[in-house]
Amino acid sequence: MSDATTSGGILLVLAIVLPAAGVLLSLVAGGRQVERIALILLPSNLIVASVIFADLWRSGRQLVYIVGDWQPPLGITLRADGLSAAMMLTTAVVICVIGMFAHADFDSRAQPLETREPFVFWVMLMGIGCAMNLIFLGGDLFTLYVALELLTFAAVPLVCLDGRAETIQAALRYLLFALLGSILYLVGTALLYGSYATLDIVLLSQRVRMETATLVAAVLMTVGLLAKTALFPLHLWLPPAHAGAPASASAVLSAVVVKGSFFLVVRLWFGVMPGMLGFAGAQLIGALGAGAIIFGSVVALQQKRLKLLIAYSTVAQIGYLFLMFPLAFDPVSAQLKSGGALTGGMLLAMSHATAKAAMFMAAGLIYAGLGHDRVAELGGAARALPMTMFAFAIGGVCLIGLPPSGGFLAKWLLLDAAVASGQWPWVLVMLAGGLFTSGYMFIVLSRAYQSPSEPVKLRVAVPKYREAAVLTLAVLSLLLGLVALGPVDVLQVRPGATMAVLR
Amino acid sequence: MSDATLFGLCGAALVGIGLYGLITNPEPLRKILAFNLLGSGVFLVFGFISRRAAADGFPGDPVPQAMVITAIVVAFAATALAIALVQRLLEQTGRATLSSDEPVSADKSNS
Repeated sequence: MSDATTSGGILLVLAIVLPAAGVLLSLVAGGRQVERIALILLPSNLIVASVIFADLWRSGRQLVYIVGDWQPPLGITLRADGLSAAMMLTTAVVICVIGMFAHADFDSRAQPLETREPFVFWVMLMGIGCAMNLIFLGGDLFTLYVALELLTFAAVPLVCLDGRAETIQAALRYLLFALLGSILYLVGTALLYGSYATLDIVLLSQRVRMETATLVAAVLMTVGLLAKTALFPLHLWLPPAHAGAPASASAVLSAVVVKGSFFLVVRLWFGVMPGMLGFAGAQLIGALGAGAIIFGSVVALQQKRLKLLIAYSTVAQIGYLFLMFPLAFDPVSAQLKSGGALTGGMLLAMSHATAKAAMFMAAGLIYAGLGHDRVAELGGAARALPMTMFAFAIGGVCLIGLPPSGGFLAKWLLLDAAVASGQWPWVLVMLAGGLFTSGYMFIVLSRAYQSPSEPVKLRVAVPKYREAAVLTLAVLSLLLGLVALGPVDVLQVRPGATMAVLR
Repeated sequence: MSDATLFGLCGAALVGIGLYGLITNPEPLRKILAFNLLGSGVFLVFGFISRRAAADGFPGDPVPQAMVITAIVVAFAATALAIALVQRLLEQTGRATLSSDEPVSADKSNS
């Protein structure tokens, strides 16, 4: 079978080339212009992502672009199915709003000369946009490897933007974990190529057979990707890296970057080899997810600093994402079904992206306003920064999974899948996780809404547009539950070839 | 045993040594060296696959070779980035170690 470039396929190229061009242009134009370039390119990236999403929604068919008209297995194909289009749109929105928010911290024209921090921030933000789009659109496993590395190289400098020793240490630890992860992924691609002489996802999904080499490759790739996604117990690098970075950078790292490797795990198991995971494998991944939920939540409850609390909450929420593997497993055909559980899991990833970005940015404003982020001394923060605290609370509502948030719809779909397949233990884990989440959200919010003994004086004035940016993302995470009732079936748009395997 | 198999086994051995070093060594520089050893092992495995998959009179399948060149460039860039971070850490603290206030690297060897 051979794919052909569909109409609108050129948009996929544009989605990758635009941010890359921005990075290159910044290097030429110099540090003072870089913010201007980013603020033109990030919205255009959002427009491209929206057009791709709208096209997919209208036509119900995936977009394909064959690079240079070289057919796979030799050529490289870019494909946008429902999952990639939806994730791409979400990341584009999140990155765009973070760009708006970051203006005050990283104004590249504030100084007469080029300064390091703004330059690095904007270039890396565009780099992350480019890498994420490549991860969502890449049609073969090696292109995805390159995208994964691009993502790591763009994310690591964001961790140590301020150049303090402990953030450099966190960045180094992150880099080493990520390198181990990507090299394991690379071994897997080598073994798969050795067995099937192709790395194209669609071709592989037709050729893949149950054999030792394939299983070893799949396990190596999965372990590598889990290390990058920071799934318990490979999460050690995440809290210091995400909590130490500046607020805008933490928001990108926590909301966007971990979703890249998560998306590849989904691609690998649902797209390439839905029949390989087996009952035990699915249960094992689910158990790791459950471990992450319990461990991350319990540690988050004990945190004294707001940013660390949010970082540990990310560890817990990543666990939720992996619960969809046991829930999507169909015991009759021994395959992963891309039904409600997959939709729920991806929707959870999207609502976590918006909610977590909003929460990290809110924490950044609180830190800037109060001069600290100690949870115990947050009293009066809600009176001083009402819009920010409100956005933080909405983000929490989404994480807990209260209606009408995106988190609610996602968890509803997951619970539905769990009940339908009679897997009660996962229901308990999910409910317990929700309880824990409400616990740490309550700790923060009850402190922040206490009236202080003396009125809180803000150290610096917090500009309204920054609060508005935070609120925008928070409201988006809330509305995702309503809007997604319409386009939620877009997530089911899949390559025709895998459709035959899956259904 | 053919040459290609020998290369494959060497690659596998390097991967093993590198992986062991990357996980057990606490020092960042040694970890980076171990990562390079591990990477070289993977590149050899790619070479082995290229030779094994050769057909139609080619001495080797060019696709894995193209991949390995990309992978080498990526590994080189990764090493440069890691070294730069280690150097900056050394400049600031006088020692380049991953274990400061919390015993993270001790946990890491278990995971």
